[in-house]
Amino acid sequence: MLSSDVKRELQAVVGPDDVRDDPESRLAYSYDATPMYQSMPDGVVFPESTEEVQAIMKIASRHRIPIVGRGSGSNLSAGTVPVEGGLVMVMTKMNRLIEIDQDNLTATFQPGLITKQLHEAVERIGLFYPPDPGSMHVSTLGGNIAECAGGLRGLKYGTTKDYVIGLEAVLASGEILRTGGKLTKDVAGYDLTKLLVGSEGTLAIITEATVKLLPLPEDRRVMVAHFTDLYAAARTVSQIIAERIIPCTLEFLDQGTIRVIEDYAKIGLPADMAAILLIEQDGPTSVVERDIERIAEICRQTGAAHVQVAQSREEEVQLMSARRSALSALARLRPTTILEDATVPRAAIAPMVEQINRIKEKYGLQICTFGHAGDGNLHPTCMTDARDREEIERVEQAFEEIFDAAIRLGGTITGEHGVGLAKAPFLEWKVGKSGIEVMKGIKRAFDPDGLLNPGKMFAKETRRRVVIT
Amino acid sequence: MKPVEEKPIDREEWARVGEYLRKTLDQDELTHCMRCGFCLPACPTYRETGLEQASPRGRLALMKAVADGMIEPDAAFADQMNLCLGCRACETACPAGVQYGRVLEQTRAGIALREPSSRIVRGLRKLFFKHLFPHQHRLRTLGWWLTLYQRSGLRWLVQRSGLMRLFPEHLREMEAVMPPASSMGVRERLGEILRPEGTPRGRVGLFRGCIMDVLFTETNCNTARLLVKAGYEVVIPDAQRCCGALHAHAGEEDTAKRLARENIEAFRDAQVDWIVSNAGGCGAMLVEYAHHFKGDVRMEEDARWFSDRVRDISQLIADVIDDLPLKRLERRVTYQDSCHLRNGMRVNQPRNILRQMPGVTVVELFESDRCCGSAGIYNLTQPEMSKQILDEKMTHVKNTEADILVTSNPGCLLQMKWGIRRAGLEHRMRAVHLVDLLMEAVE
Ligand SMILES: Cc1cc2nc3c(=O)[nH]c(=O)nc-3n(C[C@H](O)[C@H](O)[C@H](O)COP(=O)(O)OP(=O)(O)OC[C@H]3O[C@@H](n4cnc5c(N)ncnc54)[C@H](O)[C@@H]3O)c2cc1C
Ligand code: SF4
Ligand code: SF4
Repeated sequence: MLSSDVKRELQAVVGPDDVRDDPESRLAYSYDATPMYQSMPDGVVFPESTEEVQAIMKIASRHRIPIVGRGSGSNLSAGTVPVEGGLVMVMTKMNRLIEIDQDNLTATFQPGLITKQLHEAVERIGLFYPPDPGSMHVSTLGGNIAECAGGLRGLKYGTTKDYVIGLEAVLASGEILRTGGKLTKDVAGYDLTKLLVGSEGTLAIITEATVKLLPLPEDRRVMVAHFTDLYAAARTVSQIIAERIIPCTLEFLDQGTIRVIEDYAKIGLPADMAAILLIEQDGPTSVVERDIERIAEICRQTGAAHVQVAQSREEEVQLMSARRSALSALARLRPTTILEDATVPRAAIAPMVEQINRIKEKYGLQICTFGHAGDGNLHPTCMTDARDREEIERVEQAFEEIFDAAIRLGGTITGEHGVGLAKAPFLEWKVGKSGIEVMKGIKRAFDPDGLLNPGKMFAKETRRRVVIT
Repeated sequence: MKPVEEKPIDREEWARVGEYLRKTLDQDELTHCMRCGFCLPACPTYRETGLEQASPRGRLALMKAVADGMIEPDAAFADQMNLCLGCRACETACPAGVQYGRVLEQTRAGIALREPSSRIVRGLRKLFFKHLFPHQHRLRTLGWWLTLYQRSGLRWLVQRSGLMRLFPEHLREMEAVMPPASSMGVRERLGEILRPEGTPRGRVGLFRGCIMDVLFTETNCNTARLLVKAGYEVVIPDAQRCCGALHAHAGEEDTAKRLARENIEAFRDAQVDWIVSNAGGCGAMLVEYAHHFKGDVRMEEDARWFSDRVRDISQLIADVIDDLPLKRLERRVTYQDSCHLRNGMRVNQPRNILRQMPGVTVVELFESDRCCGSAGIYNLTQPEMSKQILDEKMTHVKNTEADILVTSNPGCLLQMKWGIRRAGLEHRMRAVHLVDLLMEAVE
């Protein structure tokens, strides 16, 4: 519960309905999409403008109250779980699309805008905002920016950081910081825009953002290739890129995933295949046609057992539905679904999948792997039951080993879901001691009292690297 | 949300509710929610309030917190559960397949242990659930009184004398759109067994419903006539009861089960091939009978027999629409889904039927899959939220520029009539049940 002083001060800023500290409200903001993490905040506040954010921040910093920014709470790293209590600041009421500037090809919006809504608005006028996290129907753009969200089109178009060019943010002191602008070029000093993208609410609260837009691709086509051999599938990924074709989507599903989807959805997937690649290309019609044809040929050469190019929009939807139903199918299997985010250079996809399979056997777990093969971004997903303590311990050990394997293959502990609370103990594995120190220094410069999203990113203790036997 | 009037100190009662919920809530289902939030955009109460606790994910988290002993239920908890429309749009959106409707029912059953705190709600519920719906003859009598009231000029007098002003605004508005009630139901009018016309296709038991048969008797008659035209033999067993949906949704599990048992017996005795309903709310309940008797050795098989045979009228008609003698209806028509038909029974045939009606131009209603705010007696118990949702719906309805707004559930139909009136669209359009529209077109 909030102290009555603080509550009164907050109410004076946002009005009585927009500050809540009843048990139901506190409980409802005690979790996000990360399984097994939960912690009650002292209160919840819903600002409606930058000025309100500023005033709230001043109150919080005067009383030394932690502030956790929150969009839709769809993140998978426990980034919004208020482990040290304090205030959850929900940004969803600041959800205006401020402007689409057709001369500069930019869009400016408040952080609470739902990702999908920006997509729809710009696509209506023939423009394109490529970052498309699987959660875009629910995630906010503020959350996307704070996590540097990726998506299915990352291979060709990059991720959120490649589009954000200007930000307005409120610092822990209540000071307003403006970075970048509608500029394509800007090298005045350190790139604070990029620094804030992916900062997970630990440096400042983002209150407005400007992103660049592209022209909407004229056409797109989808195809699928089945492989009986994992290495052949991986080789295909490298081969496509080596031939200088960059598809917009290049997704991978392993045998476990294929079987589960087929059992559940009965959409005619081959359960005996080691892997499936789902490929989409977009652009001018002639280029799309040529690329898809070339890719189909490469797949045949690398030994695909079956190649199918969609001939109609319906067929496309059918093919893509395999990828789309992956998570649904897996989630229905057991009570708890833990979706992880290990990423390796794309040439290391096959060894990484082999490693995951070895580790899952070792620990006797059910882990299926799918993901953005083109980016080397894999989502090994474990189906388990949070109530089974013994099994969960094995899951944790297995994931530690998976992260370790990823790093040894030149990869990282998270490709798009962020460090948050869940990965904090592993951050040092990736960035090293000096990396952590530099990052902590940056944190101090922005937020000297450590009020913004405390407990995230930097763990009190780092896990020891596992030694793989 | 308005706080309900809370009786002073009843912690103990709430603790009892908490204890009951910890015993009865389906832990597996609650654990199955992976909190991805995919259900948030589908939920009308989340959209209206912007509050996580008014979302499916939030409600599930609250239930789980009670089940885990993290919090005790209280009036605010109950409010949140009551604010839910029970439209189950969240289930359709959920990748993990969480059966939200079921855990909601379990929770409401727990809350119902304790008398609801608001006097109005308590009174309404008692009147509807205990004294009216379970008793067909009382409903008939009520129909008789209503008819008398409506026909005798009493209604005219009441409306003009200002007596209605004694009632809350929403009740007054609703009264105005109530269709003429009837003391004669479909069975009294058409008899128990109707012989088919043309090639016989099978024997259908008509589920007449409770309110449906009093306020929408004509629709029930049309349903029977339509089935006859389509070649079905129609039986209307008299022993059938209210489906029990409203009881189940409000947590009155025992009554719901009793009603279910009597219905199963009635239709088993009638030896029908299908059991047809023309109200989405009832249909969704009827198909769930099997679930309600799971593990009950004596009833399980009969309940499955029953549920397997339940069809919405649109499902039976969609198959034979080409054989129906339909004349051209040059109308612009739009369709509002019944949540229970769509999310509960997963039926989408009404649209196909409309598209196949000669002359009819079908215009899609934006967000037609979103609850209209009627939701059982929700529009009576939560008038504010209901009105908010309805008014938003009506702006989309207006944009369709349709002449006719079709629904397939009596609750939604009443709500749409109320909405049309609230939006001042009476001169431009009307709301009808799909079956009635079909009968208009039958030669
Ligand atoms: C089923 C599923 C699929 C997913 N698919 C993808 C995917 O394909 N790619 C991907 O990258 N991610 C994916 N995610 C993860 C998640 O959706 C993203 O991380 C998303 O960007 C989070 O957005 P949100 O609005 O829910 O933010 P939240 O979860 O509310 O917050 C995320 C982080 O951002 C901070 N934050 C939020 N708003 C602000 C603000 N205005 N200022 C400062 N900090 C803020 C929070 O403090 C927190 O640290 C998926 C998640 C789920 C459940
Ligand atoms: S969509 Fe399903 S799994 Fe996801 S939060 Fe909602 S109920 Fe839970
Ligand atoms: S049943 Fe309807 S109102 Fe209730 S939580 Fe689900 S979507 Fe929301």
